[in-house]
Amino acid sequence: MPEMAPKMTKELLNKKDIERIISRMAHEVIEKNKGTEDLCLIGIQRGGVHIAKRLSSKIRDIENVDITVGSLDISLYRDDLGMRRDQPVVRKTDIPCDITGRKIVLVDDVLFTGRSIRAALDALMDFGRPAVIQLAVLIDRGHRELPIRADYVGKNIPTSMAEKIEVQLSEESVEDRVVIVEEEI
Amino acid sequence: MKDLVSIKDIRKEDIELVLSTAMSFRDVLKRDIKKVPALRGKTVVNLFFEPSTRTRTSFELAEKRLSTDVFNFSVPTSSVVKGESLLDTIRTIQSYGADYIVIRHSSSGVPHFIANNVSASVINAGDGINEHPTQALLDAFTMQEKKGGFKGLDVAIVGDIIHSRVARSNIQCLLMLGANVRLIGPPTLLPYHMPEGVRFFYNMDEGLKDVDVVMMLRIQSERMGKGFFPSTREYFKLWGLTSDRLRLAKPDAIVMHPGPMNRGIEIASDVADCPQSVILEQVVNGIAVRMAVLYLLGGTKENG
Repeated sequence: MPEMAPKMTKELLNKKDIERIISRMAHEVIEKNKGTEDLCLIGIQRGGVHIAKRLSSKIRDIENVDITVGSLDISLYRDDLGMRRDQPVVRKTDIPCDITGRKIVLVDDVLFTGRSIRAALDALMDFGRPAVIQLAVLIDRGHRELPIRADYVGKNIPTSMAEKIEVQLSEESVEDRVVIVEEEI
Repeated sequence: MKDLVSIKDIRKEDIELVLSTAMSFRDVLKRDIKKVPALRGKTVVNLFFEPSTRTRTSFELAEKRLSTDVFNFSVPTSSVVKGESLLDTIRTIQSYGADYIVIRHSSSGVPHFIANNVSASVINAGDGINEHPTQALLDAFTMQEKKGGFKGLDVAIVGDIIHSRVARSNIQCLLMLGANVRLIGPPTLLPYHMPEGVRFFYNMDEGLKDVDVVMMLRIQSERMGKGFFPSTREYFKLWGLTSDRLRLAKPDAIVMHPGPMNRGIEIASDVADCPQSVILEQVVNGIAVRMAVLYLLGGTKENG
């Protein structure tokens, strides 16, 4: 027996799985909104931004329209400044349109406690008053700490608190895959 | 890191983090709602023992736009004039529950002394002739934006350098970032000891040759007696920045001034208003950079 247990990594989704999921979610977004009128996708930095872009290109394939895509950094709206060990890094927020009256789909890679989404909602409200805000996530891993749910879920993955979900996308990583990592204790 | 007292205390990476974070805050300042809840519930005290309008206003706006609660403790109305010691004043302020103390004092070293005696984060807003670190950071931010970077950048700092905390912080900061620094002024107003690599010029025309940045400094009459130079008229003639002199610098050189400026003493009026002047942009950038400093000092757990 080694002294320390090695990190256990298991692949949950591969490139093809992720592509199919995004394709399905794109159809769901169009269906639920009865088309793409007034639609705007806003990805949460960082993983959500890539997924928002992929959703928009899928929607373009299906409906032949270009959907506005924005990015949102929530660092300045978090509730844990001064509680984390790592230095906060504030990334780019780019909302390319007036969101008042629009249908916003907020996009994130993993839905966990719901605190990021709470922060994202507050941040969005400072930019305007959308007609509706929906939430799309690639992975819902449970353990909500706030009354928040997603409108579009790529895959539900029940996890324990000791596990971590890593969404690796080709934009920043080697290839598309979702893995579950058991944290060393 | 708990405090920002001196540029000497921080590393190049820290400066770069402040500059990149300030970029995001400048975007915030362009929105309709120019306020974020990042430091909600934190209390900031602006403790100014020396008159200041622009630095105090800049800090106060930065603090308010981060949603902190702010109070100003200015000396003419405070118990300091009734004979209270500095340490007692600071302890009182600490008891109000201040998380940050922004301090300006006419004596060098006061922010350092306070930082060692309180648990709050202390930010130096200028101490005597020692340092003014947030000014150096906002100047660096402005240069980075206008010039793209610091490698090989030639920066001339002109004028009353010996009395200038702005110059002292800027020299440290610019050398760390990789810029070349030259000081121009009359021998009476240039310091004796400077870090290696800083070049001295006693002739304005020679010093300005081919520089990328001209940073003018205010003649600090309040810090000097007589005898540093014969008259302001003569000073302007020898060391004032005129449009003719500015032509000696690179064609795309920028003109900076930390303010408040004395038109006709260190800088000609038309130069202050020319397209190469970034003096008003420095003011806007100052708010963003101070927001970044406040935000980052509140950042991690060990800072408490």
